[in-house]
Order: sequence, then C-alpha cells, then structure tokens
Amino acid sequence: MEPIDVIRSPTVVMVETNVDTDQIIPARFLTTTSRDGLGRHLFADHRFDAAGDLRDDFVLNRPQADGCQILIAGDNFGCGSSREHAPWALLDFGIRVVISTAIADIFRSNALRNGLLAIVVEPDAHRCLLATPGAEVCVDLRAGTVSLPDGSQARFEIEGFARHCLLEGIDPLGYLLGRQAEIRAYEESL
Amino acid sequence: MATQLNTSTGRTLFDKIWDRHVVVPETEQAPAVLYIDLHLVHEVTSPQAFDLLRRRGLEVRRPDRTLATIDHSIPTAVASWRNGLVDMDMAARNQVRKLATNCGRTGIQLYGVNNSRRGIVHVIGPELGATRPGMTIVCGDSHTTTHGAFGALAFGIGTTEVAHVLATQCLLQRKPKTLAVRVDGCLQEGVTAKDLILAVIGQIGVGGGTGHVIEFHGSAIEQLSMDGRMTVCNMAIEAGARAGMVAPDDVTFEYLAGRCKAPRGAAWDRAVEDWRSLPSDPGARFDACVRIDASALEPQVTWGTDPGMVAAVTGRVPASGASPRALEYMGFSAGEPLQGRPVDVVFVGSCTNSRLSDLRQAASVVAGRRVAAGVRMLVVPGSQETKRQAEAEGLDRIFADAGAEWHESGCSLCIAMNGDRARAGQTVVSTSNRNFEGRQGAGARTLLASPLTAAASAITGALADPRPLLHQPRRIA
Repeated sequence: MEPIDVIRSPTVVMVETNVDTDQIIPARFLTTTSRDGLGRHLFADHRFDAAGDLRDDFVLNRPQADGCQILIAGDNFGCGSSREHAPWALLDFGIRVVISTAIADIFRSNALRNGLLAIVVEPDAHRCLLATPGAEVCVDLRAGTVSLPDGSQARFEIEGFARHCLLEGIDPLGYLLGRQAEIRAYEESL
Repeated sequence: MATQLNTSTGRTLFDKIWDRHVVVPETEQAPAVLYIDLHLVHEVTSPQAFDLLRRRGLEVRRPDRTLATIDHSIPTAVASWRNGLVDMDMAARNQVRKLATNCGRTGIQLYGVNNSRRGIVHVIGPELGATRPGMTIVCGDSHTTTHGAFGALAFGIGTTEVAHVLATQCLLQRKPKTLAVRVDGCLQEGVTAKDLILAVIGQIGVGGGTGHVIEFHGSAIEQLSMDGRMTVCNMAIEAGARAGMVAPDDVTFEYLAGRCKAPRGAAWDRAVEDWRSLPSDPGARFDACVRIDASALEPQVTWGTDPGMVAAVTGRVPASGASPRALEYMGFSAGEPLQGRPVDVVFVGSCTNSRLSDLRQAASVVAGRRVAAGVRMLVVPGSQETKRQAEAEGLDRIFADAGAEWHESGCSLCIAMNGDRARAGQTVVSTSNRNFEGRQGAGARTLLASPLTAAASAITGALADPRPLLHQPRRIA
C-alpha cells in the first residue's frame, strides 16, 4: 500500500445520515470475485435511474464532484453490511477520505485497511464542512488535522496502529505474521 | 444512555472471553492480537481473501477451525434446484465454484451445493454445535453477532480481515466498550424476540451501539429459547454494536447437547463446568446500560428505511420528525396508521428468523387459512436440516395448503442477490433484518416484523397485528 500523508481536494457533500453499505454498493454487485472496478457500481441506485442513465440530481453526478477526493458524509456513515466492497468502490471511484461525525465500526475498519481515511470530527467542524460543498480542504494524517473552509483547523484521531500503517504504507498482515511465535505458544497452551 | 457508577472489579462475560483469547496484549502502539476459535466462511466475502493468501504465498493456518458454506448467492426456489440451477447467474455460479476450489485446495470443510447440512452460515454454525459458549467467532458477514446468543464473542469482519484470520487465526483488535441491555418482565402472547430487538433498536438508535459489545440480560432474555436469543443477538449489529451476547445457561447447554460438533462424555461435562463460569460476575461494570420493560411491548414493525424507524404495529408513522426521504421511499405519510397498509410480498426467512420455532410460529397463524389474493408469500428455511425438521412436522404442507411458496434454504429475499427479489414499489413484510432502500430489490419497500406479524399480514393482505388471529377459529383440514 502507498504511504498516505496529506490529501488536498475539494469536497463533495452528502448530508444524509445513516448511509448504509447497501446504498454504497447494492448486493447484486457482490457476485464478483475481484475487488477491482467496483467504482462503476458506487451508489448505483442513486447515480442511475431505472433505465441506467445518470441522474442529474445526485450529488456525485454533478460536474462539481469531478475529481473530488474528500466525501463529507452524515452521521453513522457505512452502517449495515460488512461488505468491504463499499470502501473498494469508493476508492475505485476516486474517494480517498470520508469525514463524518460518526462512522460505523466495520466500515471504518475496512476503510482504514484499504487506505481510505475514515475520519470523525467534532459536530461544529462537521457543520462547517457540510455547509460549504466544494471547499478546498486539506487532511493531514501526520498532524491529525483537517483545514476547514473558515480558515480554522479541526482535529481528528485515528487509532494509532492504523495511522502508523497508513503513514508508512505498512500492511498489518505482515505485523500479524510476525507474531507467529506468540500464536504458536498460545495454541500450545490450549 | 446512563453510565453505571459501579466501581466493583467483577468481570463481564465479554471481559472473560476477551481475556482468554489475548495472544499479545494491546498497547498504546498496537491493538491486541486476538485468537479466533472459529472462522465461518461463505462464497461472497471470501474469494478476494483467498486470492490475497495465494498472492502472498500463505497457507490457511487452521483449516480445522474454519467452516464454509454457500448461502448468499445460491438460489432457493425449488424449481431452480430441480433444474440443476441452470437459471443461476453466471457470476454467482463462478463464486460458488470458487469457494469449492478454495476449500478443496486448503482442506476447509465445505457445506456445499450437494451437502445435506448446508444452509445460512449463522443457522448451521449453531445447528452443528460448532458455535459454543466462550468462543471467539468471526465471519465476513455482519450478522455474525447471531452466535453471541451462546455466550460467545462473535462479530463480522471485512474481507481483508478474513484473509488475516485465514493466514494467522488471529485479528488485530482494540478492546471495545460494553453496553448492558437489561430486559425485564414477560413478553405478552403474540410478542416475540423479534419485536423485542426491534424495540431495543428503536430506543437506542441505529448508531446507539457503535463501539460497544452489547450484553442482553434480564428475566425476559433468560426466558427466551435459543432461537429467540439468536434473533436478538443477530440484530445487535442493526444498533451498530460490534457484537451481541447472552450469558450461557441451561437453555444453552440443552440446545447444544448431542449436536454433531459438540463435545461428548467427560469432555462435555468439563465444557459445561467451564461454561458455567462465563456469565458476568455480580456487580460487573459496563460502560453504559439501558433498560427495557418486555411486558409493555406490542408487536413491532418498521415503517422507514433503517431498522431504528420502528413503531408498534397498532401505531402510526410518527406525526412529526420522520425523515421525509424515508417516507417518500416507503410511500407513507406522516401520522398514517400502519395497520392496513396493503402488502404484495411476505418473506419468512433469513438468519434472523428462519429457524424451526420461527417457521412454527408462522405456520400457527397460516394453518387452515389462505394467503390473501395477490400476495406472494415465501417461506425459506435457514438450513436443509431445518427444512427436513419442518417437513417432518408437516409445516411445509401447512404453508403449501395456504398458497405460500416453500423453498430450499438460503439467504433468499433478505439480500436479493440469488434470484429471489421484490419489484420496485412493492411492499414486503419481511422477517429479515434490514429495511434499507433497495435491500430486497431496487425500489422495493421493506417492513421488518416478526414471523407472526408477517404471517398475519400474508393472510390479511395488509399489514396486520397477529394477536387477534391467534385464537380465531379456522378451517383445519
């Protein structure tokens, strides 16, 4: 995985709360055995109408959303199914950061394992971000800060080990494989 | 949520299981390395994990601690199976084949297409006796919380973590917080475990359990059967919880005794003795607690697009404060009564409510009656074993005589990626766990309810309170 340090991009805003992973990628696209190319199914039932045409009224379809890497999302983003296809689809679409006031546990874990920054900020900072779609925002993982459109900075915390792995481009599986001796000793004690 | 001010040092059920499974303790720099006793695998969230192992040249560390089955993408229609699954989607077929190849190559036991014990992963784990108290259990599926009903620590993981467990039998985990949900009182007739958990989610909200493991306790929980406890723990994830748990007791041990993967003889006695030490100590401290009075509950039904948008079936859509988007999607208006909403499809099934007692409950309402004209009712047992047991009791005939469809086992209409799906605009009364937009088919509208309420709605042709139907005379052949 590529190390991540600073991500700077205009934001795209989805105000809806409790956006579940069935919305992020509907189950009918989960028959794949690959993790590639899922961006085309991202928010499929919102981006496309029944005839398969793009819906102008959906926020990710607006021209201003082109190239946006930072998604400002409502409370409890990513709830529901554990499908890792959700962060895979977001990343494949070009989203690299999701900022909310609360992010569902499994989604956050899946996101961080794939280099998608899932970040929680204070409600005031979140309100400021929600109110200014398209604002240029800078997320600094090392400093743990998000630059807000009003010129101030919001702080965020990411679990220390995940943060270390993201900054250094380390795969946590390598760390687990490095604990084989302890795992073997544990198994022998059973 | 009130924080319990209790300074005692007693440990919770969760603490005890966590402590037993720590391989490397957590530090500020790194999460704990947690040992996983049982890893359940299915066709949808595993292929990319097996690929990862192959790319890295890694073996499956403990195939003996891994069980696989096919449930999500496999058709359930009897006609599909009779025709050799020729109508099965090519991608789904490939996924099923890939799981068989991966299991064959790695020595993982697979309850596959031709296995008579196959079924929904969260139904067969307990049914086989593979799920037992004190275990850590994971699966690439959020409803893994189901297994917590046995006093196990069980939670859903993503595919990358599936690969971690396949390769190392361990996960990197920060210790979650604990939330006690105390349910006292007695459920009234016609009110079930499903109604109870829907009411809990309605009270604490779909994000109310985030970061927490819930322990359900209190007299109403103790009185539940294992099937009921599984229904409750199954939907802990719908409150955002990492896991749901119930302390093991004699009900648990009776359920497990004699099951094919349960210990026997002296090993069984030793296991039960150990399991009796698992329940939370008196005065054990939880990070938060909530209380619910079971006696006051009525049958519950969801009216919106998340499981927290819930009301009594005799009630109404909230007159104010409901999400306009949810109302529009569902075709409800604010303050509208719930009963009487016309129904197109009724689904009895899913890892929430597809066990024998669920099917018996639905059958008890349907027996001697007919599914209303224009309503399609699907009854999908959770496993082939459950199907056989139901057929031995004649439940399949009761459903067929009423005009309902009796299916092979699988996830079916809960996830709608296997040929069973509802059409846009249709209203489905469903015993499953998620009423998200599009969950049962693009544009389909889901009302979550108990098997009793679902069956009553099928008979009535509209959303109905099951209680008046329970003792009404009917034609029994």
